[in-house]
Amino acid sequence: MDNNDQQQAKRDEGHDDNGVVLTPEQQRARRSRSIALALALVALVILFYIVTLVKGPGVLVRPL
Amino acid sequence: MSLVSDGADLRGPSGAKAALAQPSLASGGDYLALLKPRVMSLVIFTALVGLAVAPGHVHPVIGFTALLCIAVGAGAAGALNMWYEADIDAKMTRTARRPIPAGRIQPGEALAFGLTLSIGSVVVLGLLVNIAAAALLAFTIFFYAVVYTVWLKRSTPQNIVIGGAAGAFPPMIGWAAVTGSLSFEPAVLFLIIFFWTPPHFWALALYKSDDYARAGVPMLPVVAGERETRRQILLYTILLAPLGVAPWFLGFAGPVYAAVSIATGAIMLLIAWQIWRERAPAYNACRNMFAFSILYLFLLFAVLLVERGFGGFMSWVAV
Repeated sequence: MDNNDQQQAKRDEGHDDNGVVLTPEQQRARRSRSIALALALVALVILFYIVTLVKGPGVLVRPL
Repeated sequence: MSLVSDGADLRGPSGAKAALAQPSLASGGDYLALLKPRVMSLVIFTALVGLAVAPGHVHPVIGFTALLCIAVGAGAAGALNMWYEADIDAKMTRTARRPIPAGRIQPGEALAFGLTLSIGSVVVLGLLVNIAAAALLAFTIFFYAVVYTVWLKRSTPQNIVIGGAAGAFPPMIGWAAVTGSLSFEPAVLFLIIFFWTPPHFWALALYKSDDYARAGVPMLPVVAGERETRRQILLYTILLAPLGVAPWFLGFAGPVYAAVSIATGAIMLLIAWQIWRERAPAYNACRNMFAFSILYLFLLFAVLLVERGFGGFMSWVAV
């Protein structure tokens, strides 16, 4: 098996010299996860910001 | 939500077959399914009622934050449950399409997701609302994921009786989010959901008993038989019906609640009687019980929310 054949075999297995190669379906799934994660992080930042405004100086006071 | 699941020892209790070290095909929707959104909606609703009927008032943003944390915590417990029960889910028609048995999410990914959200929801609730509510939420997640899922589910036919406590805690957490403490009112709400759970789930288990038997889950119909299950459904409903009226009897619900709880409690008793009386498997009556019990719980809490929650809100606005 020459070098080109080896590279083709790696690509068929989802790998090449640059690492893992995702199929279009895997890329779509990763994009979906990335967007969900980004939205969750943005929502958390906004939530903490608003709660800080609401609580004002008492933000660090956490009674039982 | 890692790209590659490399948790070689994270394959669930019985080593659910998983293609490890493969790029994940899980979408955001699959992770949402891990949170059991239908169960979560009931948790949010009952927690909202606990929040609304509690004395005093909470800023809407803090109330929303509490509900969000309770919802995420409940979802996290659901994800941990799905991680541990992937082998059972794969054998049951009702659950075989869940993300882990369907192969869309690796068990290690679900475990990491569940743990992250569990810790995150408790910490945020403690930081932004109060420590008492956060401690109750942590206990609820532990109770559902460990006591019910790991310990009770596979070992005793009383699994859903004791485990039902996990589903009964949300109104108490909602109450604690407002007051920072507990009292008898949220305890009554807890008891209503606690005694509602056995008739609700045993009705399902009766017409899905083949599924549970195939999966090796010792549900009451599988272990003690259909006749005993029908008797237990009736007994728990006899306890539930007066408990449903208790909020009015104890003075923290009004006449509309009394009328609704008495009428719907009577219907619950009638269906439970039909289930007990029929010598056949009583599948139709069981389906009726499963469906109506959801409506029953919803109506009780909805009326309480309108009477106490919105009523209190209107008087607060008027002041």
